[in-house]
Amino acid sequence: MVWSVRFLLVILALLGATPLHAVQVDEILPDPALESRARDISGELRCMVCQNQSIDDSEAPLARDLRLLVRERLKAGDSDTQVVDFMVARYGEFVLLKPRVNWHTAILWAAPLTILFIGLFAIGFSVLRRSAGTPLPEVAQLSEGERRKLNAIQRSQPDEA
Amino acid sequence: MIAELGQYALILALALALIQSWSPVMGARKGDMALMKLADSTALAQFAFVALAFGALTFCYVTSDFSVANVFENSHSQMPLIYKFTSVWGNHEGSMLLWVLILAIFGALVAVFGVNLPGSLKANVLAVQSWIASAFYLFILFTSNPFRRLAEVPVEGRDLNPILQDFGLAVHPPMLYLGYVGFSIAFSFAVAALIEGRIDAAWARWVRPWTLLAWMCLTLGIAMGSYWAYYELGWGGFWFWDPVENASLMPWLAGTALLHSAVVMEKRNSLKVWTILLAILTFSLSLIGTFLVRSGVLTSVHTFSNDPARGLFILIILIVFIGGSLSLFAWRAPLLKQGGLFAPISREAALVFNNLFLATACATVFVGTLYPLVLEMLTGDKISVGAPFFNLTFGPLFVPLLVAVPFGPLLAWKRGDLYGVAQRLLAACAIAMVGLAATFAFEGTKAVFAPFGIGLALFVMAGAVTDIAERLDLRSMSLEIIGRRAAGLPRSAWGTAVAHFALGITLLGLVFATNWGSERIIALKPTQTVSISGYDLTFDGMTSRNGSNYRETAARFTVRKGGAVIGVMEPSKRVFPSRDGMSTTEAALLTRGVSQLYLSLGDSNADGSIALRLYHKPLVLLIWLGALVMALGGALSLSDRRLRIGAPKPASRMLAQPAE
Repeated sequence: MVWSVRFLLVILALLGATPLHAVQVDEILPDPALESRARDISGELRCMVCQNQSIDDSEAPLARDLRLLVRERLKAGDSDTQVVDFMVARYGEFVLLKPRVNWHTAILWAAPLTILFIGLFAIGFSVLRRSAGTPLPEVAQLSEGERRKLNAIQRSQPDEA
Repeated sequence: MIAELGQYALILALALALIQSWSPVMGARKGDMALMKLADSTALAQFAFVALAFGALTFCYVTSDFSVANVFENSHSQMPLIYKFTSVWGNHEGSMLLWVLILAIFGALVAVFGVNLPGSLKANVLAVQSWIASAFYLFILFTSNPFRRLAEVPVEGRDLNPILQDFGLAVHPPMLYLGYVGFSIAFSFAVAALIEGRIDAAWARWVRPWTLLAWMCLTLGIAMGSYWAYYELGWGGFWFWDPVENASLMPWLAGTALLHSAVVMEKRNSLKVWTILLAILTFSLSLIGTFLVRSGVLTSVHTFSNDPARGLFILIILIVFIGGSLSLFAWRAPLLKQGGLFAPISREAALVFNNLFLATACATVFVGTLYPLVLEMLTGDKISVGAPFFNLTFGPLFVPLLVAVPFGPLLAWKRGDLYGVAQRLLAACAIAMVGLAATFAFEGTKAVFAPFGIGLALFVMAGAVTDIAERLDLRSMSLEIIGRRAAGLPRSAWGTAVAHFALGITLLGLVFATNWGSERIIALKPTQTVSISGYDLTFDGMTSRNGSNYRETAARFTVRKGGAVIGVMEPSKRVFPSRDGMSTTEAALLTRGVSQLYLSLGDSNADGSIALRLYHKPLVLLIWLGALVMALGGALSLSDRRLRIGAPKPASRMLAQPAE
């Protein structure tokens, strides 16, 4: 299921990059509050050479560079939004794992609720249409002849489920 | 010789599939029993030939016949035997062969066990199965032939990708494919019903066991893949919202919806059109899942054009099957008569609610997975849609669904009493409230969502217990009578309760592991100790050893709790010389109850220390245990006499009818 994540790592490995670990010891900031902010921000930023991995999870060297960059900005006193803005200015919207709401992503963000309401509307519509029309007759009664025929069939084919 | 035999067998299977594609349909139209019956024999023969082809490829792998290109690219003479077997499907061509093998198995099963199906329905179902099979045989033979020979025979193979040399991943694709392909039966039944223009409650009864079986396999397959990612990828995550994972989640969501709507159709003869549509959509999503993963289009739009023949073939198959079946649906569905009216508060309505939210969740995953792809094709803009998006949209859609789970089974068919059900759920509600309050008391406002998550999980679990308790009527009876009632309760009722209970188990695991896990990232020298959540790990030293086709460096840790030794952990790194020195990290897991310590190795430093990632994951095993229990619920339901494949005995049928 996660094959392709690994296939990408394979490609990276073949390109001669040593597989590194995600966040490494020497990256961690001494200030736990700052480090925790760095982790939160890293979780929302994409490692651009990986498939759908955050830089916090990724082993790629590029991800390490980005993690260090995030921490540098935080040490320089940037707010979380400033750090993210900085990364977007540098690498484009592609770097965000949670895309921003704008015209390009309007359909994406509107999709869940829109689909839910369309579903609700469709259900309501079909209920209305059915209750407005004459109620469907319950299963029509069998005539005496049909009943006898049915009994005969049931007797002859007892295995029919 | 053997490889050629395999290829011939596959061609013969194609020929049989082509015959089976039209003869039963013609037979059904003309009422010609002989033509219809032909499908039974061809389905069985198809299975025999595909099995032969698969056996031939397996033989080439086991004997390390590197003159076959596929074997050369994915195997190695020194590889352990089990991985020689599993590398058969550890690559594109072989996995497609596994796909058609499973399809042929299901086709043969319908031919053998579908004895009580009406002749024309069975003939049409087998014909539709054959359309799918033909498309896949053609795809394999023209674009992905696993039997291709190399002009010059290499001495040694290039080895299977080391990450795939793992037992979990060896079993994962077959399970997943059993799920994907199993839904093809529901699809074939749906298309056959549309062709006949006739559908009734019996249709749902025939389709449900197949859907249940496919759903169970898919559930297990997804869980296995998730557990594999957890222990193999080395950072302890279990779900990444990776497009490849989403590709398997979508059919699961749609299949779960299908299971529930088929119940309504079977019991109340209602929701027919919707159930047919769901059957079509579920398999369409399985097709999309198979192909999007295999074509690599999800990684990048550009890989699609790397192999134009394959890409084009895939597109054509998708368009023909999905477009074709949906057009057929649009044309024929209005002919299907709706039955069974129900009130807004009823079991049916609860199942509609379930379907609404499952379908919306599925559509959300669909849009989120494909949006970046479509946007890039249309505008050239590159955006990413990752875990934060799905957590924010998918999560909230599942909350109302889970809240509703305990209500559904307690509501009566046709017209239910919501107030009465709420009263019967008072105990479950109280348990949930206690859990919620206790979590708040312990944690304060540190983790805002955790208390609600725990409350919800407890509510779902207690609700499932309430359902069974109500059916057994625990208050007034003696133990003996309760026991007799429990045995007499339909297995499907047990199945429902068990599977719903399992939802709570998984949720509980998710909440605990994500909220109360701890993590240490640290560099450690031998004899030093690191502590996490009350456990002390002492680094004893490094050892090197040789595996069958890799070299391994392992670090040994002694784990203590309160001074007493409770175990040893040996995380390692493996280097595969046959794959240009590619390495994998093997995390060490120490299981305590359903919680785990997770330790994985980083790089060695110049000063003799080694980098470590250490996690404590409380209750993490519940996530996958829940999936196992969910599948068990499916198995219980499948064993229900009502659904058992084959004909029920006449006496039991007379009893079973009014009990519904």
